[in-house]
Amino acid sequence: MRSVDVVVIGAGPAGMSCAVEASAAGLSVLVLDENPAPGGQIWRGIETATERRGRILGPDYGAGRTVAQAFRASKADYLPSALVWNISTEKVVEYSHRGASHQVQAGAVVSATGAFERPNPLPGWTLPGVTTVGALQILLKSAGLVEEDAVLVGSGPLLWLMAAQLVDAGVPPKAVVETTPKGRVLAALRHLPRALRARDYLWKGLALMRRVKAAGVPVHSHATGIRIEGKDQAEAVSFAANGRRVRIESGHIALHHGVVPNQQVTRLMRAEHVWDASQMCFRPVLSDMGETSVAGLFVAGDGTGIGGAKAAALQGRLLGLRLAARAGRSVAPERIERLSAGLAREGSVRPFLEALYAPPAWINAPEDATIVCRCEEITAGQVRAAVDLGAPGPNQVKSYLRSGMGPCQGRVCGLLVSQIIAAKRGLPPQKDDYYRIRPPMKPLPLTELAAYRPEGAK
Amino acid sequence: MPKRIETGGATVTFTFDGRPVTAIAGDSVASALAAAGITRLRDSVVSGAPRGIHCMMGACFDCLVEIDGIPNRQACMTLAAEGMTVRAQQGAVSVSEGGRA
Repeated sequence: MRSVDVVVIGAGPAGMSCAVEASAAGLSVLVLDENPAPGGQIWRGIETATERRGRILGPDYGAGRTVAQAFRASKADYLPSALVWNISTEKVVEYSHRGASHQVQAGAVVSATGAFERPNPLPGWTLPGVTTVGALQILLKSAGLVEEDAVLVGSGPLLWLMAAQLVDAGVPPKAVVETTPKGRVLAALRHLPRALRARDYLWKGLALMRRVKAAGVPVHSHATGIRIEGKDQAEAVSFAANGRRVRIESGHIALHHGVVPNQQVTRLMRAEHVWDASQMCFRPVLSDMGETSVAGLFVAGDGTGIGGAKAAALQGRLLGLRLAARAGRSVAPERIERLSAGLAREGSVRPFLEALYAPPAWINAPEDATIVCRCEEITAGQVRAAVDLGAPGPNQVKSYLRSGMGPCQGRVCGLLVSQIIAAKRGLPPQKDDYYRIRPPMKPLPLTELAAYRPEGAK
Repeated sequence: MPKRIETGGATVTFTFDGRPVTAIAGDSVASALAAAGITRLRDSVVSGAPRGIHCMMGACFDCLVEIDGIPNRQACMTLAAEGMTVRAQQGAVSVSEGGRA
């Protein structure tokens, strides 16, 4: 079996940066990424984006080009379009590539699989024409495609960034419907002094809002009671704002309530997680070095808790250096110090953003009739009824209802089901209140498994 | 309505339920269908409700389509290629010989 010092899963900011540093220090590194090109989601299409796309997407996107170039120039072995579907406790990594499965023995595994968008369980959210805001941005980054007259609904930095990018692309959104509850600015103020250490983020955010408003985009604030209407396709979104009901017709409604760590790898490996009440999500418990409770499994980037692209790249580089030091390579301590200081600066803006843009309570407490598990079409009411029948946690609910057993394997509904069950108990989710993730991490054709001959298999 | 912000570039052509779709090189099947204004990619397996692209990053599995006879392919994770035969999935895909419903 092939053996490498480090297998990195994911080629976004964290994965690429980790691979660059670890390979420069002399470690053998294999990067397995599901996408056809480096960049992850934040820098998606970074090697092929045209100049016009780059102008619209801005300098933070353009910064990915340098990282991708360094990654391409590094000694790290990079396998795109490679889907990791299992990792054993002995750190044998199994992956699918071009229709065949393979295995590699890793000394250390780095999960750099980033984040997903938080689920947005609203009436009508399964209709064609309803996407996440992130999906809109991926269409722009990877295909130069924009939706005219889209309505953006939700809260958080990405909502405003996307709205501003649509303005710059010449197709301003038909409206921005902001769901941030009243009083949040006040609640966030106590974190402002610390956030001023990274004030460029605050100025950038304010500039985005100004750009959207200056373009004449109607902005509705503190919206609640959001419903997407349509029979076979989204036709309109309606909501309550300023004490009245508003209805806006559009065939494209884009939803966003922040991003949360992708836990698939760390849950598969049975690493310990904690509920992060500030970010309203689970994150893996990590040592100072970035190691999980499972020896040899490390995490870098947004998978550790949401910090953004710059923090992810810094975490990746730090982890690369620390893995090198751990393997006995010489690493200048001042490099570690410098990266750590940069990371602390990046982190200083997060408490402010988390207080300001914490998802409104109602987004994690959908109406009984609303679908929460999109794959198996299980409603919030069914989940609550299962709890009433005695299901103590997500895995029993899954057995009762098949929620989380469809092709997405709980990627979309997992966090939501955990929160609905916890709310029934009147407690925050406990650390093990999550679906048990099992291999294969994504569905594989049975023919591929049948043809797969792992070494040592009996 | 969807709109490309650039023109030009190499194209590839595939079919969706028999209808020709022109993709720009580098398009996923999902982005090419979105550009063509096709939003309904399948009907759900339980209630038969229409579904289309949702996350565009391989997480939600709502964009499952049949590609060259193989069902349940993620349209957002599959690059569009010349001559592909893409079909919408209607409800549950039965697992029978050849993998076709």
